[in-house]
Amino acid sequence: MPTPTPEEVKGLVGGGAGSPVIRKILDSDILHSFRSSKLTMVAATIVFLCFFGALFAPLIAPFDPFDPAKVFLSDASIPPVWQQGGDPRFVIGTDDQGRDMFSAILYGLRVSLAVGGLGVLLAAVIGITLGLVAGYMGGRIDAIIMRIADVQLTFPAILIALLIDGVAQGLFRGLPREQSAIPVLVISIGLSFWVQYARTIRGSTLVEKNKDYVHAARLVGLPAPIIMLRHVLPNVIGPVLVILTINLGLAVITEATLSFLGVGLPPTQPSLGTLISIGNRYLFSGDWWIVAFPGATLAILVLAVNLLGDWLRDALNPRLR
Amino acid sequence: MLAFVIRRIMQSAAVMLAVALIAFLMFRFVGDPVNQMVGVDTPQDEVARLRESLGLNDPTIVQFGRFIWNALHFNFGVSYQFRQPVTQLLAERAPATLELAFTAAAFALFVGLIMGVYCALRRDSWLAQIFQAISLIGVSLPTFLIGILLIYLFAVVLGWLPSNGRGQVVKFGDWWTTGFLTTSGLRALILPAITLGLFQMTLIMRLVRAEMLEVMRTDYIKFAKARGLRTRSIHFGHALKNTLIPVITIAGLQLGSIIAFAIITETVFNWPGMGLLFLKAVQNVDIPIMAAYLMLIGFLFVLINLLVDLTYGLVDPRLRIAMRS
Repeated sequence: MPTPTPEEVKGLVGGGAGSPVIRKILDSDILHSFRSSKLTMVAATIVFLCFFGALFAPLIAPFDPFDPAKVFLSDASIPPVWQQGGDPRFVIGTDDQGRDMFSAILYGLRVSLAVGGLGVLLAAVIGITLGLVAGYMGGRIDAIIMRIADVQLTFPAILIALLIDGVAQGLFRGLPREQSAIPVLVISIGLSFWVQYARTIRGSTLVEKNKDYVHAARLVGLPAPIIMLRHVLPNVIGPVLVILTINLGLAVITEATLSFLGVGLPPTQPSLGTLISIGNRYLFSGDWWIVAFPGATLAILVLAVNLLGDWLRDALNPRLR
Repeated sequence: MLAFVIRRIMQSAAVMLAVALIAFLMFRFVGDPVNQMVGVDTPQDEVARLRESLGLNDPTIVQFGRFIWNALHFNFGVSYQFRQPVTQLLAERAPATLELAFTAAAFALFVGLIMGVYCALRRDSWLAQIFQAISLIGVSLPTFLIGILLIYLFAVVLGWLPSNGRGQVVKFGDWWTTGFLTTSGLRALILPAITLGLFQMTLIMRLVRAEMLEVMRTDYIKFAKARGLRTRSIHFGHALKNTLIPVITIAGLQLGSIIAFAIITETVFNWPGMGLLFLKAVQNVDIPIMAAYLMLIGFLFVLINLLVDLTYGLVDPRLRIAMRS
């Protein structure tokens, strides 16, 4: 490789190149920075445990909280074991309908992470596509896409998600809530978080499209979509990983907030936010554990994801090394 | 300068028009407005007459024009769930939201500033470390969780403060109601305002700290020290003053976010404001209220952005020159 031009250096510093990033991750540099930060290791463990628990919830959970044959109202509102009246079967107590809190949280984590993860992925797909098209095509298409992005960026994501949720509910009115809730939430999150991806990808695409390999591909006569997908995309995808991680925390919060506000998942299919909103009703009767444990799970998960995202951003940024 | 102002205002108008288009499309195509207004047993010809009288048979562009004309006259139709004019519903609830937002913003600015300055000046003290930790929690904890936590602590366990509603309000003029003048109103304001302001507070704190550390490194601070000025006057007369411009900008820009985030706080504390109304509208697909709220918030954001840009132009001579070219 000849000495890089200033533009190429800028592209790299911006976190541009894709395949080098994957190589960089395997590089001991990153591993070293991971090992030397205890906080990051703790955060990574927590995130891993959450994903593991969510994925294998049916196997780990001692009860199936959604099987009506196994949930008894006589078990309702049992406090955690260490409090008076606790029941060793339910280590952290039961909710108002006699569901084991630990199992409900595992299943809730499953729903929360699924909705958050899918939402963030949808946002990434929309953002990357629009960013690539805007950057590569330029001109009027670019102006329109980026103008929309600018306008959307001035509004808080939660407000946009709420609006989209309301509109989608109006459109899917025929469907029962159990079926429509997850797609509506994923779409709301996807459409509220795409801007950051689009801006980042557009920026690096503008740099990449003037490089020789793109010119060469164009001279060979490849159609624009192929050039964008096969040639430009692998070289601009690097920073997306960081945005994905940071946005996962935001998406989980957004989902929880929508569910808490009563426009997300229904109580029959609770996410962490729904569990918190159910527990909130029993705050005054002293049944603190119904809200405290889902709340703590949500807070710790988001904090861990954020810490991981922060670390990833710093570790992948060559300027900070 | 004038050309810049005009161009900027035109841009804002275009954005507002786009927001209006979204609101109109929602209003017109999400659910049939007529179905919402009539009962199941209304005869067909009456439905048709209603449809005609509402102008729903006109071309879409005419309807859009009418929508904008009505919006300019603050007429957003009648709420599906309350059967009352939307404007009236929003106006009744605006004072509650505005008072809450104003208090939260004042709290965030005041406390965030003090904490930020302290963290910058005494970077290694244990209190600064605690402030930093609080700020990390502040950005990670969702607003509604903070609200629940505060309610549990101060309303359930300690029983010091009320957990819902506005307390007693005093009617002020024609339609404004205020909770600032009664003890119960002020007490009811404390928890929601802290909940709403906490995120912005941590934001301002981090910003002030970063800016202040930056400024403390500059040459004119070194020069001020060399001149033998008192530490207090260096810190507050020179450093803080130069920190304030970006801080006030961000605080201004965040005002819109505070009003939008009030939706969550108002739900947690059952605060009778516009946010709670909007949320009920989303739950019941009450499109006229959603459309009106969208227009209102959109207008607010556009206005704040416009004002910030124009003030920048006035304050910063470098920008003024850039504008001319």
